[in-house]
Amino acid sequence: MATRLKPVDVVTVGVGWAGSILGKELAQAGLKVVGLERGDNRTQADFALPQTHDQYKYDRQLELFEQTSRSTLTFRNDYREVARPMRRHGPFPWGQGVGGAGFHWAGWTWRHHPWDFKTKKMTTERYGANAIPADATIQDWPMTYEELEPSYDKFEYTCGISGTAGNIQGTIRPGGNPFEGARTRDFPNPPLTRSYVETLFTKAATDLGYHPFPVPAAQMSRPYTNPDGITMGACLYCGYCMNYPCEVAAKATPQTAVLPAAFKTGNYELRSHAAVQRINVSGNRATSVTYVDAHGREFEQPADIILLTAFTWSNTHLLLLSGLGKPYDPAKGTGVVGKNYAWHAGLPYVPMQFDKEVITNPFMGAGALCTSIADLQGDNFDHAGLGFVGGAIIQILAMGWGPLTFQPTPPGTPTWGSAWKKSVAYYYNRSAQIVGLHDHLSYRGNYLSLDPTYRDYWGNPLLRLTYDFGPNERKLSQYLTGIGEKVARAMGASHYGSYGLGEHFDAGVPYGIIHQVGGAMTGSDPTKSVVNRYLQSWDAHNVFVVGASAFPQISSFNPTGTVGALAYWTAGAIKDRYLRKPGPLV
Amino acid sequence: MIDRREFLAVLATAVAALGTREAIAGSPHAQRDVLPVADLGSLQKAYTFFNPTEAEFIEAAIARLIPNDDLGQGALEADVSYFIDRLMTSEYGSGARFYNQGPFGDTTRYQGYQLPLTPPEVYRAGIAATNRYCEEKHGKRFAQLDAGAQDEVLNALQSIGLEKVPGATFFGQLLSDTKDGFFSDPVYGGNRDMIGWKLVGFPGVAANYATTIGKNEPYDVAPVDLGALRARVPVDEHGHPIHQNAAAGVIRPTTAPVPSPSDRQTADAAHTKTTFFV
Repeated sequence: MATRLKPVDVVTVGVGWAGSILGKELAQAGLKVVGLERGDNRTQADFALPQTHDQYKYDRQLELFEQTSRSTLTFRNDYREVARPMRRHGPFPWGQGVGGAGFHWAGWTWRHHPWDFKTKKMTTERYGANAIPADATIQDWPMTYEELEPSYDKFEYTCGISGTAGNIQGTIRPGGNPFEGARTRDFPNPPLTRSYVETLFTKAATDLGYHPFPVPAAQMSRPYTNPDGITMGACLYCGYCMNYPCEVAAKATPQTAVLPAAFKTGNYELRSHAAVQRINVSGNRATSVTYVDAHGREFEQPADIILLTAFTWSNTHLLLLSGLGKPYDPAKGTGVVGKNYAWHAGLPYVPMQFDKEVITNPFMGAGALCTSIADLQGDNFDHAGLGFVGGAIIQILAMGWGPLTFQPTPPGTPTWGSAWKKSVAYYYNRSAQIVGLHDHLSYRGNYLSLDPTYRDYWGNPLLRLTYDFGPNERKLSQYLTGIGEKVARAMGASHYGSYGLGEHFDAGVPYGIIHQVGGAMTGSDPTKSVVNRYLQSWDAHNVFVVGASAFPQISSFNPTGTVGALAYWTAGAIKDRYLRKPGPLV
Repeated sequence: MIDRREFLAVLATAVAALGTREAIAGSPHAQRDVLPVADLGSLQKAYTFFNPTEAEFIEAAIARLIPNDDLGQGALEADVSYFIDRLMTSEYGSGARFYNQGPFGDTTRYQGYQLPLTPPEVYRAGIAATNRYCEEKHGKRFAQLDAGAQDEVLNALQSIGLEKVPGATFFGQLLSDTKDGFFSDPVYGGNRDMIGWKLVGFPGVAANYATTIGKNEPYDVAPVDLGALRARVPVDEHGHPIHQNAAAGVIRPTTAPVPSPSDRQTADAAHTKTTFFV
């Protein structure tokens, strides 16, 4: 029997970027907010040296990630197959604990391109309706880049993003991304100091006619105090960054950039080890959430506003478990919850080695210390005759790698014995990697649903992923792989491998990119979306589902920048409109 | 035991680090561990999971996977067998963090690891089956074979089915754990004397690289492990180690390894290239 707790104004289910930003904004507006987090709570005091510089703990045991014994997905390529659990962290591990994906992330902080919000319309206009595959279910966002711009700006200033603006109010600026949507103002911090491999990439890409620029980074290039008065330290380029906490708080995370301001209001309470099981709904309103604590005790927490701010999968999982919204049925083409799933495969991947005197010091770096080109992103190039929609951002990485996870050898090198040992010894410090992140359309057959057989730690059905690549992605991958190879050659690589998408998605392959979207997508039509343009549920007006779960498809860009912007966007809609007149905002 | 003078020096460094930390404007950071230092001496080398026949196999196999050769010591000398033994009883290494619930039914080839065996069970089954394979083929256990025959067996493992476990699954686990033990911090029981890190030139616990990032120059320093940071190495105001130049005597290849025959199949002579689809 659940213990019924005292009602509060707002509950957030999950305390990552979306949960912490919404929690802070609403607590600052005077509401009583409770943040419920399924995982544990880690604060800056837990991140002391020397323990943080431990590759085995963070890169192999994946200390910041969910254990599959507690929660995982089942997987199948096609709905006619029987799904089986992802028993180990195969293609993509996912975060757990306060901070969530915003804690283990690498800090790449992109905005979507204006085209990404209207891919369907723009593609149809330029190339005709036949350019989009018949079974694609992509749909345009119900808001534009221009509408979201102030929210992007707020997130970037909260995080202290280091970068070079390419477009300020329509003026193209040298050294930035000339293709990006217009910004109101520059980044809050100048770009990070570039690594040597980026210098090589920049020269090669420029020679090829591309326009390289620094990836916008959530690592501080100098000490920074954000608009909430929270100070973060300057990056030391130590290389223990993605998958790691930062001992000098130089990486923006919910812990380092947002939560201190929420606590300061006196209106915010964080409860970790609180695993929400259900949203309890009555009519067109949710009344409470039911959660289980670390001792297995059940609690019911009533609230006026319930914000689903967990990871993409968990948002969809909770909607399905709670019966909120109509589950998607691919056979009939009805329902919406679980529809429009997509992700980033992290391809093309072109690792390279140099036989000449190039010293890459791969152990130095920062999670977002990378240089990118966007010349082949979205529709920044002519697709006539190419046979696919979309493109990719392509970049050289200086994210920091120790030898536990980075053992570069040229293609054809044995994987063990003296030949391998000699090759790793020679090439560890003479290697670099190019990676692309590409558009992935949503398809009728790719979706999330409840598994009929397997259960999680709390006894709930696991979320079931039915997914495969589409022909659009294979063609796109093949084209972009060629571009990656061209840049590697121009950089003077002596050897390189070239990885593209295979025939089928394989849950045994460590693709390594986590970016998951869809399942609770935003739209303007209740029969084709789960939430409206303010990420408000069509079925219960006091429920907002905030995160990458709202993306109708995935663009080339890492999702976090847009997740942060959506959190500020929804916070604004709640503060300015919903609180005055609770009810459907559309 | 470290002597009293050395202990006081270490303590003074730690206290100095504490004192200056507060003075760094705009650089919040976690408190560094400044507990008094004790010398634990050498850890006992003993197996708690593998029985003698299994330990004999592991020692022989890892000595072939990362051999002691003209580049210096290998996995056996780096105590990787003890690393793997400890792994078998740890929460992570025993597979306790993985989803182990049934049913274990038919699967497609794209559904990842679906065997009911935990990593320790893979080792138990794999070692026993490989030794049986060696007995049948050569009349000896794996460890009793000469190096050439051992290499043949290890190659064969990647394509043969063993009883209970596919050879490739067992081999993959063994190879992955061997490399992990060779390159993990010595606190986990392998990488003794940082043999693996010295081989590739990895400095271990990082220093402040803000002024060295971007340079096309070797950063050849004596690596620092977690234990050394606590006990013996000078640190900066953040608590990061101040790296010292590498000691002489580390062997590292100075010329590119000669490409294997398969590398030469490329049309473009200036580059070796292979395309993979994943």
